[in-house]
Amino acid sequence: MTSTEHASRVTGGVGESPARPDATLKTSGEFAFASDLVAEDMLWGATVRSPHPYARIRGVDVGPALATAGVFAVLTHEDVPGENAYGVKVRDQPVLAVDVVRYVGEPVAIVSADSPEAARLAAERVVVDYEPLEPVLDPIRAAHDKSLPALHENGNVVRHQRIRSGDPDPRAEVVVSATYTIGMQDQAFLGPEAGLAVPAEDGGVDLYLATQDLHSDLEQTARALGLAEDKVRLTMSGVGGAFGGREDLSIQVHCCLLALRTGRPVKMVHGREESFVGHVHRHPARMRYEHGATRDGELVYIKAQLYFDGGAYASKTPVVVSNGTALGTGPYVVPNVELDAWGVYTNNPPCGAMRGLGAVQPTFAYESQMDRLAEALGMDPVELRLRNVLTEGDRLPTGQVVDSPVAVPKLLDRLRGMPLPPSLPSGADVRDLPGGVSNTTHGEGIARGVGYGVTIKNVCYSEGADDFSTARVRLELVGGEPLATVHTAAAEVGQGIVTVQQQIARTELGVRRVNVHPNDTSVGPAGSSSASRQTYVTGGAVHAACVAVREVVLHRVADEHAVAVDALTLTDGAVSLDGEVLADLAEVLDTAVEEKREFHHRPTFPMDDEGASDRVHVQHAFSAHRAVVDVDTELGLVKVVALDCVQDVGRAMHPDAVLGQIQGGATQGLGLALMEEVSVSDGRIVNGSFTDYLIPTVLDVPPMRIEVLEEADPNAPYGVRGVGEPPTITATPAVVAAVRAATGRELTHIPVTPTRLLGLDGEEQQ
Amino acid sequence: MRVTATVNGRERDADGVWECESLLTLLRERWGLLGSKNACEQGECGSCTVLLDGAAVCSCLVAAGQVQGREVQTVEGVDDPAVHRAFADEGAVQCGFCTPGLVVAVHGLLRRNPAPADPEIREALAGNLCRCTGYEKILDAVRSAAEEARS
Ligand code: FES
Ligand code: FES
Repeated sequence: MTSTEHASRVTGGVGESPARPDATLKTSGEFAFASDLVAEDMLWGATVRSPHPYARIRGVDVGPALATAGVFAVLTHEDVPGENAYGVKVRDQPVLAVDVVRYVGEPVAIVSADSPEAARLAAERVVVDYEPLEPVLDPIRAAHDKSLPALHENGNVVRHQRIRSGDPDPRAEVVVSATYTIGMQDQAFLGPEAGLAVPAEDGGVDLYLATQDLHSDLEQTARALGLAEDKVRLTMSGVGGAFGGREDLSIQVHCCLLALRTGRPVKMVHGREESFVGHVHRHPARMRYEHGATRDGELVYIKAQLYFDGGAYASKTPVVVSNGTALGTGPYVVPNVELDAWGVYTNNPPCGAMRGLGAVQPTFAYESQMDRLAEALGMDPVELRLRNVLTEGDRLPTGQVVDSPVAVPKLLDRLRGMPLPPSLPSGADVRDLPGGVSNTTHGEGIARGVGYGVTIKNVCYSEGADDFSTARVRLELVGGEPLATVHTAAAEVGQGIVTVQQQIARTELGVRRVNVHPNDTSVGPAGSSSASRQTYVTGGAVHAACVAVREVVLHRVADEHAVAVDALTLTDGAVSLDGEVLADLAEVLDTAVEEKREFHHRPTFPMDDEGASDRVHVQHAFSAHRAVVDVDTELGLVKVVALDCVQDVGRAMHPDAVLGQIQGGATQGLGLALMEEVSVSDGRIVNGSFTDYLIPTVLDVPPMRIEVLEEADPNAPYGVRGVGEPPTITATPAVVAAVRAATGRELTHIPVTPTRLLGLDGEEQQ
Repeated sequence: MRVTATVNGRERDADGVWECESLLTLLRERWGLLGSKNACEQGECGSCTVLLDGAAVCSCLVAAGQVQGREVQTVEGVDDPAVHRAFADEGAVQCGFCTPGLVVAVHGLLRRNPAPADPEIREALAGNLCRCTGYEKILDAVRSAAEEARS
C-alpha cells in the first residue's frame, strides 16, 4: 500500500450512505428470491386448507390425492414425527390440524408432486369430512362471555393486562371520550412466502427460505420434525419484504416434512391469495378511550379499554397487549391511568406481528383523543400536545423512567416550521385533485385539512426477553489486501442490515473491503429483524466483534514496537501512533484474526398485574407527522398533498436508508389511514388479492419533506434509536386528523374509505 | 402447443406449453428467466413487467401463446446502465422485489419519452406497486436516469 492511499479515508463507513451491496443484483434481476430457488429433481408442495372458520374433523381420506398422476406424498398430522405444535410465543398452533380447525385457511394436509399443477390438483382431491361448528367471531364476547366455546385449553383470553397508576378516582374539568376501531391490515410484502427444502445424507434437511428470524424458525422446525437442531440447517434466500409477516412459520415445517418423506428437494411457493391466509395480519382493535383534563389543558387521567382480536392462534398477541398497554397513553405525562387491554382468541384469521406492533392501534386512538380534547378546550392541538409531553426523567404509567432525550417538542416545532403546500390554484391539473384522472372534480367541492400525529414506540424486545445478537468477524489478507468478513444470522428483509454491517466493519477496522457472509444458522442467533432492533443489537454485536479483532491487531503491533496498545489506532489500513504509521495492516495480518461476540442490551422486566415495571422497554423512539389533505367532500375521495415527518433516530447510521425507511413506513401508515383493510366476513377473508386489498401506488403518495434529528441514546450502540416503525405509526393519525379537519366528521374507524367518510357504510359514528 | 419468440434478442422455443399458461410462467419455469417476479400473478403489481414488441405489459396477464413470433424483452435484456445505476445510487432499492419490473417499466418510459415530467413518471409507474420505499426514491431514480441519458 502506498502512502497516498493512506491519505484517502476509507469511505462507506458509519454515517455515510454507501450503495447497498445487493442493489446491482436486484436491478439486473439476478438476485435470487425464495420463489426463484430451483434444484435438480425438485418436487412442488401444496397445502390443503380448511374452508371453515371452526369445525371438527371427522376424517381425512388421502386416497384420491395419492392416486393423482405425478404425486409423491400426501401427509397429515399423523406424519408429523415431532411435536405437532409451534408458535413464536405460545406453542398453540398445529403443524397440520388434528381433530379441529380454527380458521379458514388452516393447513390440514400437504402434498408434493412433480409439477405445481399436479400438486394443486392433488390437494383439491384430499377429502376432509368436517362437522362445522358455530365460530367465535366477536372479540369482546370472546374476552368476557364464558358461555362461548373455549378455542384453546386456557379459554379465549390470550392475555389481559392492566395498568393502574395514580388516583383511582380522579376528577377532571373537561372530559372527552369515544370508541375507535381499526381494521385488519396486511403486511402485503411483494415476495410471496417460499422455500426449498433439500434432504441431506445425514438424515437431516437443508432449508433455503425467506424469513425474519432464522433461529426462531430453526427451533420450531426442528422440534416439529423431531430432529436435533444441528440436523436442520437454515439458509436465507432473498426476502421480498417482511414487515412482521414472516415472523411466524409458514412453509418451513411443511416443506421439510415433504422433502424428508420423498427424499427429493421440495419447493413451496404461496400464490397471493394463499399468502393472505398463510401469514398473520395486524390485529384489528376496538378501543374505548376517556381523557380527562384541566381547563387549561393539562391531562389529569386516561381510562381506556382495548380489545385486540388475535384470531385463531396466539402468535404475537401477548406482545401486542404488552405494547398496547405500556405505550397506550402516548408520549405524554398522565398522572392517573386506568387501562385494560385484552388479546383474545377467535375464529378469525390469526394476527401477529406487523410494523409498529401494538402501538399503531392505540396511537390512532389517543392522538384522535388529543385532537378531540383540543377542540373541547378551544386549544391548538399542537399546543395541547406540547403542554403534556414527556421530558427526559419523566415516568411512564408503568413507572419506567424515560432515561434518554425525548425530542417530541423539537419534532413538533420543526414540523410547524415547515412550509405548507400552496393552496390549490383554480384550474389545477386534474391529476393533482382527489380522484385524479377519473376527472370527478375540477376543483369544486374540495376542502383542505391539516393534521398532526406523534408517537412513542419501544425498540427491541421488552419485558425480560433476552434479546441478543451474535457476530463473527474475520480479518485476513486476500489478494494482498485486507478483507473483513462479517458473519451473523441477521435477516436482510430489505431494510439494509447488510450495508450497516459493512459500514461498522469499515469504520472500526479501517478497511475498504468488507464481505457479509450469507446468513445462516451456523453462527449464533441474531434474533428477528423486527421491533426496529436489528441495527441496535446486530450492530452492537458486529461492533463488539470488530473491537475485539482490532485489539488483537493492535497487540501485535504494540508487542513488536514495544508501545502501549492504548496509544495505537487502526485507520485507513494502517496502525498508527500519534498520527504516524507504524505498520500497514497488510504486514500485521500474516495470520488471520477472527473473533465472535454477543451483544445483549440492558435487561428489561415484565409488568406486574398492575402494569408496574422498572424497565418494560430498553429504549423508546419518537416521531411526528404532519399531513395535508384535499378531500372531495361529495365523493369522499382523499388526496394526500403532503406528509411531512420529523424523527429522532439517535444516530443516522446510513442517512439514505433512514429516509427510505421513513418514506416507506409513512406510506404504509397512509395506506392504513385511507385504504388498507383485510375484509373478513364470517371468518373468511373476502379481498385476498391485490385487486381488492389496496396498497398505495405512486399516485397515492405525496412528496415527503423529512427532517432527521440525531439525539443519541447514551445506552445504545452508536447512540442509535430504532427507525423503521415510528413513521408508520404516526402517518395514520396525522392523515385522519387532516381529513377530519377538512370535513368536520368524527372518523373513529380506519381505514377512512370513501363510503365511511360519507357515512354510507351503515356504521354509527360514536 | 409450441411457442417460439425472440427473447432478449435471441430465438427461444418451448414445447408442450399449456393453453392457459402465462408468459410469466413460460419465462420463469421453462426458460429459467427468473428476473420477472411473481408477486400477484393478477396484473396488479407490475413485478412481472416485460416489454412485448416494445410496449410494457404484465407478463402474468399475457397468455404464453400470444407471444408467438413476437419480441419479448425481460429485465435480463435491459441493457440500460443509466437506469440500473440510478436505482442503485438513489437508494430506490430496498427488498428489491419490485425492482426488476420497475427497471423494465422505466426503461420503456425513457425510450418513449426521454424527458418525462413528474406527472408523466407517476402515471407510467402507477401499475408498479412497491411496498418498501414509499416511491420517493424511485422517482428520484427516474429523474436522475433521465438526466444522465440526456447528458
Ligand atoms: S405478478 Fe404480474 S402484475 Fe403482479
Ligand atoms: S423495494 Fe420492496 S417492494 Fe419495492
